[in-house]
Amino acid sequence: MPSIRLENITKYICHNVNLEIFDKELLVLLGPNGAGKTTLLNIIAGLTDYDGSVLFDNEPVDKLPSSKRGVGYLFQDLFLFPHLDVASNIAYGLRTQKQAQNELQGRVEELLQLVKISHLANRYPKHLSGGEKQRVALARALALSPRVLLLDEPLNSLDMQTAKYLRTELKQLQKRLGITTIYVTHDLAEAEEMADRIAVIQNGQVQQMGRPEEIFFYPVNEVVSDFIGTPNILHCDYCRTLGQGVLEVNCGGLNIILPDDGNMVRRIALFPRDIYISETKPPGPEVNRFKGTITSIKSYGDAVRLEVKVAENNLLAEVPYHIFEDMDLTVGKEVFLILKLRRIKVHENKDRRQK
Amino acid sequence: MDKLKQIRPGWGILPVVIFLAIWEVVARLNLTPGQFFFPPFSTVVGEFYYLIASGVLVDNFLASLVRVLIGFFAGSIAGLVIGMIMGWMDNVNKALHPIISLLYPIPALGWLPLLMLWIGINEMLPITIIFICSFFPVLYNTVTGIRNVDKDYIRVARTLGASDAKILTTVVTPLALPNIFTGLRLEAGMAWRVIIAAEMVAIPTGIGALMMRAESLIRIDIIIVCLIVLAVMCLSFEKLFEYLEAKLTTKWR
Repeated sequence: MPSIRLENITKYICHNVNLEIFDKELLVLLGPNGAGKTTLLNIIAGLTDYDGSVLFDNEPVDKLPSSKRGVGYLFQDLFLFPHLDVASNIAYGLRTQKQAQNELQGRVEELLQLVKISHLANRYPKHLSGGEKQRVALARALALSPRVLLLDEPLNSLDMQTAKYLRTELKQLQKRLGITTIYVTHDLAEAEEMADRIAVIQNGQVQQMGRPEEIFFYPVNEVVSDFIGTPNILHCDYCRTLGQGVLEVNCGGLNIILPDDGNMVRRIALFPRDIYISETKPPGPEVNRFKGTITSIKSYGDAVRLEVKVAENNLLAEVPYHIFEDMDLTVGKEVFLILKLRRIKVHENKDRRQK
Repeated sequence: MDKLKQIRPGWGILPVVIFLAIWEVVARLNLTPGQFFFPPFSTVVGEFYYLIASGVLVDNFLASLVRVLIGFFAGSIAGLVIGMIMGWMDNVNKALHPIISLLYPIPALGWLPLLMLWIGINEMLPITIIFICSFFPVLYNTVTGIRNVDKDYIRVARTLGASDAKILTTVVTPLALPNIFTGLRLEAGMAWRVIIAAEMVAIPTGIGALMMRAESLIRIDIIIVCLIVLAVMCLSFEKLFEYLEAKLTTKWR
């Protein structure tokens, strides 16, 4: 399984893209629609012409046609061959290699078991559910033991339950086979769950590349920050255990209570949509509730974003427009903020915290 | 709807029986001037039997059948092959499409006067006419079918290591089959319509020629026998291709 390097790739919106994917890594290309993610996959697969160079294990593959690159490609809309049953769909790639019939059958069996659909071997695609089709397409892409697996928003068309289940399975399978994988998505949660590393792509440019927590807690620019939901990033000065599985951290003068899992908290990310705003003092214990002053009000899609000065921090909070209309919020007004405990994202240091 | 579905297929024959009965009665009532202008159904059946027994109908029918089969299969295969090439290679399509577009609208019988002079009055004449009549529609539908196949299927096949020839034969053509069969089905019936017309005008043998001879002898019963044979053949050819199409494509469509 090779490492992949893109050097000065230019095509459509992509301009001088440089990207390196490590051996056996699962890299997520994350970005909005039209950012150039699929274009990059097509370039790696050799399905389109391009300027620049693609290297597998430092060997340029630009001259190789798609069929010789050893790439398994799972297309967004799958495109299972409707006129072939499941077994023949999976066997298609093997047949092009003129494999012996008995070898071929064994390999198809093996693949059917790998994606757990042995019972569907003789069905036609029109009789399969969304999740089953996904499995067939995956088995078909894996049939030729590709060196590189490209997945283009593979779980997009599935219901959330099935997608969640398949994600876990896909990730396990990827680690087990040790296959270098590039996974395209526009879904943040999916990217975070799947990725060894994430490359945030916007306007045909790699904006940032790194492990998920690096993206979430250290966004390098406005574009990345905006795409991941403009989190408020707070540095934590100290933290101490309160017992009962909770932890108190102090971030820029705010004492915040978090679930405790034994690690040192370095930074926390508060997403604007996860901060409630109240005009009156909220009832209940004074935990994760703060008083602040509105410093600016801006409309943001069908919501309104407020900047609220709390202690030394300027926190960004989001209020749906219809709720904003019912409230009387103006610049300079004092409001109360409530943080949703389970929505606080935490960047931990693996060092054991001192008591 | 449910009630309609409960009617067994056998009942479909009922309107035909009623139609034949009315025909028989009206003819026997002598409502038309001179019985020979409108023979009753029973007379036609009798003549049908006689024509078969004497071998006249069989000989002429076989003559027409052989022409249809040779012309139709040659035309369809040529249309299919050239259609596959045109559908697959953009340059070939660009070069041939304008010519085909000009020739396609000419009705097959329109070629008859030209072919009578080029080929002469012999067996090749009706076969060539049927060839033309089958070739263009099959060609046209094949090209359309192949060009309508989603390009992403081709890309998938490429990433799976398939060569162009392999993609054309194992992915694109099977996916174009529904379109191709539309062409074949239409032309299977059309071939019979055209052969009759050609035989009536130019060829001395075959069902069409038999009809023209019957006309000159004022044998309306024979004409009707020929028309029945023609109707049955058109229908059964169309049904045959409907059946083949269903057999080949309903599993996955």
